[in-house]
Amino acid sequence: SNPFEVKVNRQKFDILGRKTKNDVGLPGVSRSKAIKKRNQTLLKEYKEREKTNVFKDKRFGEYNTKITPEEKMIRRFTLERQQNYGKKNIYNLNEDEELTHYGQSLAEIEKLNDIVDSDSDTEERGTLSAELTAAHFGGGGGLLRKKVSSEQQDEEEEKPKSRKELIEEMIAKSKQEKQERQTRRESALELTEKLDKDWKEIQSLIARKTPKSEKKDKEVEKPKPDEYDMIVRELGFEMKAKPSERLKTEEELAKEEQARLQKLEADRLRRMHGIEEQANKKRPSHMSADDLADGFILDKDDRRLLSYKDGKINIENEEEKEEEEGEEEEEEGEEEDNENEEESQEESASENEEDDAADSHSDLESDLESEEEAAGNKEEKKHKGIENESQNMEKLDPKTEAAKSELPYTFAVPESYETFKSLLAGRTIEQQLIILERVQKCNHPSLAVGNKAKLEKLFGFLLEYIGELATLDLPELRTIDKLVLPLYNLCQMFPEAASDSIKFILRDAAHDLEEVIEVKGRATFPGLDTLIYLKIISLLFPTSDFWHPVVTPAFMYMSQLLTKCRITTLQDVIKGLFICCLFLEYVSLSRRFVPELINFLLGVLHISLPKNQAQGYTVVHPFTPVGKNLELLFVCDKEDLKSWEKQNVPLSIVTRLKETSKTEINHIRLSCLALCFDLIKKCAALYESLPSFREIMHPVRILLTQHVPVNEYPEKMQEWYHSALKELENKVKHYTPLICEKKKPVPLKQYTPKIVKVLEFGRKQAGNKKEQERKQLIQRHKRELKGAIREIRKDNQFLARMQLSEIMERDSARKRKVKELLGSLATQEGEWKAMKRKKWKS
Amino acid sequence: QLPTGLYKKVLVILHDSVLPYMNEPTLMMDFLTVAYGIGGAISLLALNGLFVLIHQHNLEYPDFYKKLYSLLDPSIYHVKYRARFFHLTDLFLSSSHLPAYLVAAFIKRLSRLALTAPPEALLMIIPFICNLFRRHPACRVLVHRPGGPADMSEDPYVMEEEEPSESRALESSLWEIQSLQNHYHPDVAKAAAVLNQSLSEMEDDISGLLELSAYELFDKEVKKKAVDVPLEFEQVRGLFGKKNDIFGEHFSLD
Repeated sequence: SNPFEVKVNRQKFDILGRKTKNDVGLPGVSRSKAIKKRNQTLLKEYKEREKTNVFKDKRFGEYNTKITPEEKMIRRFTLERQQNYGKKNIYNLNEDEELTHYGQSLAEIEKLNDIVDSDSDTEERGTLSAELTAAHFGGGGGLLRKKVSSEQQDEEEEKPKSRKELIEEMIAKSKQEKQERQTRRESALELTEKLDKDWKEIQSLIARKTPKSEKKDKEVEKPKPDEYDMIVRELGFEMKAKPSERLKTEEELAKEEQARLQKLEADRLRRMHGIEEQANKKRPSHMSADDLADGFILDKDDRRLLSYKDGKINIENEEEKEEEEGEEEEEEGEEEDNENEEESQEESASENEEDDAADSHSDLESDLESEEEAAGNKEEKKHKGIENESQNMEKLDPKTEAAKSELPYTFAVPESYETFKSLLAGRTIEQQLIILERVQKCNHPSLAVGNKAKLEKLFGFLLEYIGELATLDLPELRTIDKLVLPLYNLCQMFPEAASDSIKFILRDAAHDLEEVIEVKGRATFPGLDTLIYLKIISLLFPTSDFWHPVVTPAFMYMSQLLTKCRITTLQDVIKGLFICCLFLEYVSLSRRFVPELINFLLGVLHISLPKNQAQGYTVVHPFTPVGKNLELLFVCDKEDLKSWEKQNVPLSIVTRLKETSKTEINHIRLSCLALCFDLIKKCAALYESLPSFREIMHPVRILLTQHVPVNEYPEKMQEWYHSALKELENKVKHYTPLICEKKKPVPLKQYTPKIVKVLEFGRKQAGNKKEQERKQLIQRHKRELKGAIREIRKDNQFLARMQLSEIMERDSARKRKVKELLGSLATQEGEWKAMKRKKWKS
Repeated sequence: QLPTGLYKKVLVILHDSVLPYMNEPTLMMDFLTVAYGIGGAISLLALNGLFVLIHQHNLEYPDFYKKLYSLLDPSIYHVKYRARFFHLTDLFLSSSHLPAYLVAAFIKRLSRLALTAPPEALLMIIPFICNLFRRHPACRVLVHRPGGPADMSEDPYVMEEEEPSESRALESSLWEIQSLQNHYHPDVAKAAAVLNQSLSEMEDDISGLLELSAYELFDKEVKKKAVDVPLEFEQVRGLFGKKNDIFGEHFSLD
């Protein structure tokens, strides 16, 4: 470009590798560009600064991109029609609603678009008559007027017509014209019709003479359809009648379920071994995505999926479902999916029908079939949604049916624990379950925003409620047994919240324990509620994980219970054994080693022995080899020994030892002992693979073989004893010396230069990636800020310039006017003086 | 003869509030020796005073290590004075002049006893044993014996033997620690797995682990933030409704 416009930014030093962007600039060009831009934007704004009128585009759907242009046009047209409908236009001279084009009704044109439209017509219409122009445009110029008047001189010579008269005349004329046009058109129409008729007559004559080949074709088509064709049609319809997604057969479903379980199991194993998954940190969630979305929890029992058997749909429990149709409203969340499918099905069905209608020959059979099928599917689908509910309903005995029907269908989530309790108070277990389920359904997180938090709270309430039930004087364990189900469902929905609330409980319990230890120096076993919580943990979470946010603390807590708590009563023993069971259950899959468990079992065996036994083993805390609280499980009564039958230990004993006879207590003791034997057996089976299995079990084995008075035990007990002992003995153990894993040889340190990647010269490279990014951002922000400030300053300059030029303009205009005025005054004065002088002279 | 409670109290404060102020600390020699001989917690406590005497006053104590060895019984992991005892044991075993058989016997006995220890003690004893290995490389055969007999029917180590030299500890291997790699506590399992690899040169600092309590351990676990919480996928069928539920066999919900 012009070398005079170019400005070169000279650099003091040339630096290799540096790229400069700003070595050459075009200040003039860029300035003019900026001014132009400002003229277009800022100046416009400035000029319109006190104007409040706004242009509003009210065209229908102008900015809606979702509508296709054709549709938009159609909608606009209908809107326009609607607006104009019934409105009499005062300016409409013709007084009819017919839309016209060149005086012809549009409807007519559309109907017979091939008629008339003769050339002469258009020519005529294209020009305005002289009168018309005269009337419309103020009568035209004088010339025209004159001409008109000269034409009509003989009739109305004396005065020109008034305007009103003129207009009336014109109206009359136009009406007349229109009449004429109409008649003309009608006649033309008649003519064409006549022509058509004639043509048809002639055509029939021609048709008779058609060649034979054509005739043949028609004959072939007319008789009943070919079998092949029918089959083809049928096949075509069958394809269309099928839903978009193929329904799965029972085997496939089973296979899928199996695959899912296998995957989950593999996942569990991986966690059990504590293998960190780095590659894809996002673990697959345990439930598939759509399950979580609609709250429909997959489980074998509750689910009955649509399936085919021998090519027919399995339709079961039709009647029951129909009874419960009324409850459909509740199932909205669940049915969403189904509805979608239904819709697609309906669509396909309707398509089917359309096809049929369009088709010339009817294929009744297949049509009927497909419709039937579609209907059947629909019905099935509809009912599938309620299946879950109905399943639960089925479980209930008929007695509660009546009471159940009184329950309201919608519940709000209780906001506090008190309201939660009052909600469940006085209800039977089944009702409580239904209430909980309905609360869950009505407040599904997908239905409203706040529901998630509410339901998360519900989990906490439920836990608290379970704890309360367990601490009752007569613990309602059967209720808890049932309440575990909704707890599980809630936990599946909100794992984080559930784990948090359980951790909270655990922390409280451990804190209490610690406090008691600090104050008293020893601890007592917690209540039944804590034991139940620990059991619930094993139901809700996988206990085999190498590390788990809930299970690991639970392990720690249980370990503390087994090592810190004093054993003073029979209840303590039962609680301890309960925890032992928990431990065993927790590690049943992972086969992890729990030293506390063995210690405790050894201790329990120890207290079942009479005092002052010779020792060959050592018991550890909390058991003592000597001292009080020994012989807690020792039974010497021969009668009791004889009459003992193995019985399950009722858990309610834990909270309240009934005033039972000595015999019964002795029996419970023996049951505990049997339980202990069984646990030892299970431990032995579990830890068999440990390299130091023998050493671990050594004290137990000694105690069992040398100290337990087997012969005094009843026969049943002896069975337990022997099965435990058998598990311990006869385990051939092989010891192989340990060998360290081979270490990778560490390469020698070498003094090679450290190579740092330099991305850009002149930039500071310090810091890691994050830091660098931050710096870059700061830099960019600074630059932008500067730019913005510069722009604003330039805008202000521009505006000031504009204002200044305005003021200057105004001033100059004023000056000019003043000058003019003064000039005129001066000339006036001059003239006046001249006159005066003249007068004076004369 | 003092009552046990008083005995313990005296021994607890003896080493830092009594011995330094005595003109003739050696006079306490007999008292401490007797206390050391009593066994149990009192022996553990007497150890501290005895150490001061041995260390600063040239007390010759015959069979000191043998006595110390015999002090090791399952209760050491459970008693209140665990931290103090292991601190001293660490001191006693820090000498690099000890014979390998002795250290190996200690290692073997400690790990054997660890089979009954609670997790907080295990977290302390495993680094402790690792440190012993670092100080006494001759003992590393316990974890690394490449050319040993392939198949043994039983552990050559004799637990009941009083004399460390007779215990055949050096012929054995640390199967106990290998068992502990299956411990339920993830940290213990990880710590035990360290012995699979060859050890690093630096000693672990166990002073912070000595006082570890179960509650601290629990607290640490609870405060860990989990990214996501894995869930049990087996549908529940009630409190005792699991497959092969142990509770169903022995407890009833009444």
